[in-house]
Amino acid sequence: MIWKSLDDFIAMGGYGFYVWGSYLVTATLITTEILMLRMRRRAVEKARRMQALLSEQVTHETTP
Amino acid sequence: MKLNWFKYASPATFYPLAGKLIPWFALSAAGLTLAGLYLSFFVAPTDFQQGESYRIIFIHVPAAWMSMFIYIVMAGWAAAGLIFNTRLSSMMANALAPTGALFTFIALWTGALWGKPTWGAWWVWDARLTSELILLFLYLGFLALHAAIDDTRRADRASALLALVGVANVPIIYFSVKWWNTLHQGASVSMTMAPKMAATMLLGMLVMALACWMYSIAAALVRVRCIILEREQQAEWLAKLTQEPA
Repeated sequence: MIWKSLDDFIAMGGYGFYVWGSYLVTATLITTEILMLRMRRRAVEKARRMQALLSEQVTHETTP
Repeated sequence: MKLNWFKYASPATFYPLAGKLIPWFALSAAGLTLAGLYLSFFVAPTDFQQGESYRIIFIHVPAAWMSMFIYIVMAGWAAAGLIFNTRLSSMMANALAPTGALFTFIALWTGALWGKPTWGAWWVWDARLTSELILLFLYLGFLALHAAIDDTRRADRASALLALVGVANVPIIYFSVKWWNTLHQGASVSMTMAPKMAATMLLGMLVMALACWMYSIAAALVRVRCIILEREQQAEWLAKLTQEPA
């Protein structure tokens, strides 16, 4: 085992700020990309539903 | 038997295929990330020269590799879009660009955090760092140019041209440490030389690189499906698709 304790692990031999600064920012950015993709997907699906609803209404109104 | 190479070049046939592939790539990305992190922090030994600060390598190098590789693939799709005029190719180029820009930024960010304790500077205008920064601007320029032109097909062609011109920068990044006298260290992994680092360090880096690959493919496929839906909203096949959810 490389680490003696949790504190030792967090300290990273005195380089904790640099190591965790790298890993945390990377994790945050990738999570943000995943969330943005999910939002984009939901927005497209919503737009499609609205369009389907609208075209249904139009055909209903124009059919005698 | 006549093989139709362009079968999956049509968004309508590619859309369900991509949908089936996404969960597999996403799952492999998650699994490989966990395995890679375990190797990076609990198996790989402390570096005798740099202490624990070297552990940044496990994201820095895979992110830098991805930033260059995604650019080449993106430019390849852009070129295919120009040559064959296939809509899906241009969509793929567009789906890859944000993820490529993300990895470029991660490579620069982790590089700065690694540079400070080892070189004593967050940033230096060295050939490797500068050409990687230019890569970030190429990605952002590609996205900005595409967004600036209203006609999507014209935007595809204009941004494809930009992507192709920018390819020249990739070998410059890769060979910068050989061509110029740089502060940045040489290539971490070489095809012709025996690895200079401990086997477990190398393994951790390769597993993390594979995780980044799987993640990039999954993210690009999710994004290309959004782009297909956005662009082909009016198309007839979509109406059929909504009747039977894929």
